[in-house]
Amino acid sequence: MSSNTRLVPVPATNFIPERDIDKQPILEARNLGIDFGGLTAVDAFNFAVSPTEIAGLIGPNGAGKTTIFNLLSKVYRPTRGTILLEGRDTLDMTTVQANRAGIARTFQNIRLFNNLTVEDNIKLGLHNHIKYGMISGILRLPNYWTEEKAARERVPELLNIFNMEFMSQYRAGALPYGAQRRLEIVRALATGPKVLLLDEPAAGMNPSETAELMENIVKVRDTFQIAIILIEHDMNLVMGICEGICVLNFGKVIAKGTPEEIQNNPAVIEAYLGKQKEVGSNAESN
Amino acid sequence: MRTTQKRNTWFTYALVIAAFAITQGFVQSGNITSTLKGQLVPICAYVVMAVSLNLTVGVLGELSLGHAGFMSVGAFSGVVACMSLADAIPSEPIRLVVGIVIGAVCAGLAGVLVGIPVLRLNGDYLAIVTLAFGEIIKNLINCLSVGVDARGLHFSFLSNASALNLGEGGKIIINGPMGISGIPKLSTFTAGFILILVTLFIVMNLVNSRAGRAIMALRDNRIAAESVGIPITKYKLMAFVTSAALAGAAGTLYALNFSTIVASKFNFNTSILILVYVVLGGLGNIWGSVVAATVLTILPEMLRGFNDYRMLLYAIVLILVMLATNNVRIRNTFHTLRGRFKKTSKEGASDEQ
Repeated sequence: MSSNTRLVPVPATNFIPERDIDKQPILEARNLGIDFGGLTAVDAFNFAVSPTEIAGLIGPNGAGKTTIFNLLSKVYRPTRGTILLEGRDTLDMTTVQANRAGIARTFQNIRLFNNLTVEDNIKLGLHNHIKYGMISGILRLPNYWTEEKAARERVPELLNIFNMEFMSQYRAGALPYGAQRRLEIVRALATGPKVLLLDEPAAGMNPSETAELMENIVKVRDTFQIAIILIEHDMNLVMGICEGICVLNFGKVIAKGTPEEIQNNPAVIEAYLGKQKEVGSNAESN
Repeated sequence: MRTTQKRNTWFTYALVIAAFAITQGFVQSGNITSTLKGQLVPICAYVVMAVSLNLTVGVLGELSLGHAGFMSVGAFSGVVACMSLADAIPSEPIRLVVGIVIGAVCAGLAGVLVGIPVLRLNGDYLAIVTLAFGEIIKNLINCLSVGVDARGLHFSFLSNASALNLGEGGKIIINGPMGISGIPKLSTFTAGFILILVTLFIVMNLVNSRAGRAIMALRDNRIAAESVGIPITKYKLMAFVTSAALAGAAGTLYALNFSTIVASKFNFNTSILILVYVVLGGLGNIWGSVVAATVLTILPEMLRGFNDYRMLLYAIVLILVMLATNNVRIRNTFHTLRGRFKKTSKEGASDEQ
């Protein structure tokens, strides 16, 4: 799939797949930067994601990838630059508002509601789609029953993405590691996002689980028609499913392009493997 | 899990109703000591207190050390309402209900005042602030004088009833550190029982609804809750204020059982006592709170025969219960017993088919 993707410039410093050329980017970062005290964690970050793109964000440890996710999901407030969601500035949004506007995310270290069931975890993802208040809940008014029933029917549909329906009554904290990662993705999807941010979705998974995850990420994109940005260290996954890739090092973008372009980019090879002189001939075989 | 939740809910209601029916039977047949009979309404009040505190400590996961402060606010405001409305509402049960509602509303407002600034913070700040709140309320009410006359309620903070400027036929309700005396005994065991049922209804339905899920989500993982679009402060405040309002209702019920009530009754010890009920009954376990509050209120009376060693034995019982519930071997035994029970009941079910 990535082999027939061509990235086209839009606007000058950004690239998106050719099929979305006449569509506005769903999420766009312009000259984004954040300082922690004197440390510049991210600087001059320009990035655009088209409405149905799978984009990758890679880079060595400490490059600022998760910081960018925290900026995009409004956990941090940027020091410089803007983030546009469907062309609207998100400057004053809180994390909660950003989620309602359509940015959902998962976390590098899994953050589930461990003492609740899988079903309740997903219902919490559906929280803003379930429309009844505290009083209706306590007095069990008719809209409590209709809304809860609708939510209960939605849960297996969402779990079905990863074939996890049979787990719906398990306690989330008791699930195996891979299932917890998948549940976190399902919970993020339940919020009805336009952009899904996946922070190392394949971390700790074995090769066959990773292969399955790759298929599922593409399936999620195709069914929900959403943009997905993922941070990942597993190069098979990144090169296999990402259409556009952005490489970071020390908080700065060092390369952008399709998987093929990135694989052959000398700056990327240097960031990952060091300078050719020091590494010797091994760099090429890698 | 869902079925266990449902079963727990019905079990809790059944437990309370059965306990009420049995106790009522004893009271009717006269087979109950007068001390225990006098304890019935306080037990109901403490059960409501424990269940409401469980909402803050067990479900929301925030430590509150000043729950007696809300009880105090509810007690004094409810009694003032009942005493000043004595002429307006002649029917005693209705006056009791009005008093309880006013007590709950006042305590709820106090909960909002405490909660708005504190619940925005993370960590143990709520414990510190509620601890202070309990002490502040105690001292404020110690200085407060309230009187009523034809023109309405009069308030004074001079701890001197003459500063109230009461008109003719006016009467003092709260007399500074002397508290309230001459309270009409409006509370009955049945009223307490109904208040417990209402509390259980509110707390358990809240927990098993959209709002309750959100509250438990905050407890489990605040950052994840925010990332799925759950406004944290709103739900923290919702749980905390509900808890405070129910404590206020319990306070009114409690105060209307005695002829005299003073602010120092609702001190730090009372707050800790209720926290002990919650912890011993199990965090988040509603029926556990009901049982713990009942047993631990009766226990000191039961141990009266041991005279000087009463409180020592009370402490030993507390320690034993804590050891027993945390002992791996005992818990495993319980688990296997439960497993065996489930197995037999399942076999029974398959036989029927």
